Amino acid sequence: MRAITIVRQFGEVALAIAIAPLFAGWIAQCRAWLQNRSAPPLRQPYRMLRKLFLKDAALAATASPLFRLTPYVLFGTMVLAAAIIPSLATDLPFARAADAIALIGLFATARVFLSLAAMDIGTAFGSMGARREMMVGFLAEPALLMVLFNAFLLSGSTALPSLVDNYSAHPSFIDPSVIFAAVAFVMVLLAENARIPIDNPATHLELTMIHEAMLLEYSARHLALVEWASNLKLFNYACIGFALFLPWGIATHGADGGGAMLIAIAALLVKLIAAGAALALIESLSAKVRIFRAPEYLAMAFLLAVLGLLVHLLLGVR
Amino acid sequence: MPAVANHDLRYLLALVALWVFLGVAGLLTSRGGRLVARVLFPMGALVCLLVAVLAGVFLVSGLAPQVIVLPLGLPDLPFHLRLDALSSFFLLLLGVAGAGISIFSAGYFRTGEGTAPGLMGLQYHVFLASMAVVILADDAYLFMVAWETMALSSYFLVTSQHRIPEIRRAGFLYLLMAHVGATCILLSFGVLQGGSWQFTFDAMRHASLTPFWASTAFLLALLGFGAKAGLVPLHVWLPEAHPAAPSPVSAMMSGLMLKTAVYGMLRISFDLLHVRFWQWGVLVLALGLFSALYGAIFAAVQTDMKRLLAYSSIENIGIIFAGIGLSILFETCNLHLFAALALCAALVHALNHSLFKSLLFLTTGSVLHATGQRNLGKLGGLIRRMPWVASIALVGTLAIAGLPPFNGFVSEWLLLQSFLFTPQIPHAFVNMFVPLGAAVLALTAALAAYVMVKFYGVVFLGQPREASLAEARDANWLERLGLVWLALGCIAIGIIPQLALRPASAVTGMLLGERIRTTGSLWFIAPIASRQATYSGIILLAGIVGVVGVTFLLVRMMAHGRVRRVPAWDCGYPHQTARMQDTAEGFGQPIRHMFGAFFRMERDLPLPTDNPPRYRIRIEDRFWRAIYLPIARAVQWLAGLVSVVQGGSLSIYLLFSFFTLIVLLVFVL
Repeated sequence: MRAITIVRQFGEVALAIAIAPLFAGWIAQCRAWLQNRSAPPLRQPYRMLRKLFLKDAALAATASPLFRLTPYVLFGTMVLAAAIIPSLATDLPFARAADAIALIGLFATARVFLSLAAMDIGTAFGSMGARREMMVGFLAEPALLMVLFNAFLLSGSTALPSLVDNYSAHPSFIDPSVIFAAVAFVMVLLAENARIPIDNPATHLELTMIHEAMLLEYSARHLALVEWASNLKLFNYACIGFALFLPWGIATHGADGGGAMLIAIAALLVKLIAAGAALALIESLSAKVRIFRAPEYLAMAFLLAVLGLLVHLLLGVR
Repeated sequence: MPAVANHDLRYLLALVALWVFLGVAGLLTSRGGRLVARVLFPMGALVCLLVAVLAGVFLVSGLAPQVIVLPLGLPDLPFHLRLDALSSFFLLLLGVAGAGISIFSAGYFRTGEGTAPGLMGLQYHVFLASMAVVILADDAYLFMVAWETMALSSYFLVTSQHRIPEIRRAGFLYLLMAHVGATCILLSFGVLQGGSWQFTFDAMRHASLTPFWASTAFLLALLGFGAKAGLVPLHVWLPEAHPAAPSPVSAMMSGLMLKTAVYGMLRISFDLLHVRFWQWGVLVLALGLFSALYGAIFAAVQTDMKRLLAYSSIENIGIIFAGIGLSILFETCNLHLFAALALCAALVHALNHSLFKSLLFLTTGSVLHATGQRNLGKLGGLIRRMPWVASIALVGTLAIAGLPPFNGFVSEWLLLQSFLFTPQIPHAFVNMFVPLGAAVLALTAALAAYVMVKFYGVVFLGQPREASLAEARDANWLERLGLVWLALGCIAIGIIPQLALRPASAVTGMLLGERIRTTGSLWFIAPIASRQATYSGIILLAGIVGVVGVTFLLVRMMAHGRVRRVPAWDCGYPHQTARMQDTAEGFGQPIRHMFGAFFRMERDLPLPTDNPPRYRIRIEDRFWRAIYLPIARAVQWLAGLVSVVQGGSLSIYLLFSFFTLIVLLVFVL
């Protein structure tokens, strides 16, 4: 049984690494349809990565070793996070290394490294992007923590596998606070992954950039790794969301044979397709806000999460 | 007292005496410099290590408290000393961080910078010894003597460069606040003896106080120790004194001395007063959280690197006090296990802070020696000139920003875990509002990351903002050794949290009679139950390093490793200079915008006709004008009233004495 869990662990990580660019490509495709453009093919992100890996890296003359190390660290943290999040099964060797709060910490590590790398070259846009990224980060974290607090109140755990196991033990159980928490989580997800109300992944205007501004000096394989890491981050956030709010189909402790894994993979794909379409819809319907409206947006997410908490405490649902 | 074995305490006292001896020896050497640097400070570091080892072994082996009565002090009040779990934890902290600072100091202090090295060595080692005695004292008298020695020796260390007026002013403010605090602590001891006139801690432990007097003693202690620790609004001396002091002294004060205030708070509230009311907990929690947020916000807008770190100390002290408050709250609601968890978080954070804050203050010392600059606006790009200091500072930066797998994250994670249980508190409203404290804590931690990105990015990354920075030299080997020691501490506690958790849970065992789960697997920590939450720093570190390594090899094998060095692109804008980088002010701008209500800002905008145009912004603490200046004015006004009787002529003073005598005679007869 040990060998099986290890195989399952590596299978899950490999699947995450493989389909994360596909998920980003799927969202781009949905967005293109919704905006009446002709969509790029689904394999476009892979082509992009291949092209970048084969190019020569043009490295700024003033770049320090930190700048070259950061893409690997980003990719490493995101792969590790993918190993910890129960996207397919809950009985994973790595899952105990971090609960959901430690996962936020892991994402924060990646964010700090990227921001430091952006400041390393000493260009105006890089440090501007770093500053904005850190700002969005510190506004988003309290909201995210309140969402997790809510999940803890419902199931007495912040470990994602325990949360999923708990939901599957009581499948019909729905608490009104979950709806508030879910909305707050989606808002945080958009902000943390540089999606539209806060940042535009397709922007070409330097002054409004956040995430892209930090990547301006990266090229070739370094850029490929950073892009892949961002795709993985979006995928990871989606999987955290599934574990918190849509845990159906994930193979739980004890019920994780081959058939359950097939069901889990199918469920994950269906959820990703639906989530991608939903994200594209939200992004197409909303406009990017000014950078100083970002606090209001994230305060809104925070308030919704707190409201969920209060609803739970006031109603005393158990 | 029954005669119990107390050799650990005897050894510790001998080591403390050795510190004092080292200090005096430094003073006696005629041509100081080299001897002090090469022999006395390294010896001091060795003594620190021995103290840490003794205290650590005592703590982990779980021996009974040891006491000694020294025939010194007042005739009927000899010095009582006591070594128990609480004091040995703080001695451990003092020893571990003190060793790194002492080794660094051996390479740092040089002649020609303020106080001569010999005298500096005396003040430094007396400071260390007095902190150890504060921690070991078992009666109010010895505690106060050591406390005042600590304040005075650190005052002289702060005003080492006393020819600079700002430094004298900062030193005076520090001394003033230290004495206001000491007065409160003295009054608190006065209340604690409860009419028995016994000033040993043992008598105070058994004194029965009414709720009113117990709360009075608690509030006085909170005021006194809060002033030393830098709780808002008693924090004003910190951002003045830390930049004024030489960097190792800032490291000692921030890393170690603030912790003696935490120690005193724990000793009085848990050990002597046996925490009695949940309102105390709410008060400490609220003050702690407010200080944490306040410190983080102010740190984000600073432009002097040592002031920035000073405000960050206020933030971290706030986090520690939030843990203490939460622990009091849980304990008074009979949720002992959660109280132990929160107290563990506070203690581990105290240890962590003493490591990474000392580390960062010491790196500012190296930067200061290499560049002569404290102003963030004139630094930059030092990672290329000072790779040692920069890479060690990166460890400190990531640790203090509360990022896994470093040690700062462990304590913040523990504290967040204990916040999760606050809905179980059986008081309406308290159980609804305290969970929001977790959000404040998360905001503070994330703001700390923002602050540290600013600190590290502006000092070490980017391009040099001044031409003179090109000549900056890396730290010498003694400085590096001290820095590496502290950095290893940050990493070790980060990946094996049990190193800090085991000692901390020994303290909770003594104070609360309850321990969190620290045994079991070396790989994971699961303080309450493994189903509830687990964390493993070592797996995170191994995972990241492993994936980074594999990815690196794969990229090299599947693609290539070719690199062309080119000028920075920056979207093709030509004529970029180092002055176009984001400044420290620029990095503070979003914070000033969002948290404007916290600051008192004065802005001078340039006119179109000004040549050259100057943009100036001054940011002040609101508390300074709201509280301190009115108090100062009131004191001055009162002094003015009293000064009427001081005519200055001798005959009038003789007349006063005469009338006093007559009045006294009237009373006597």
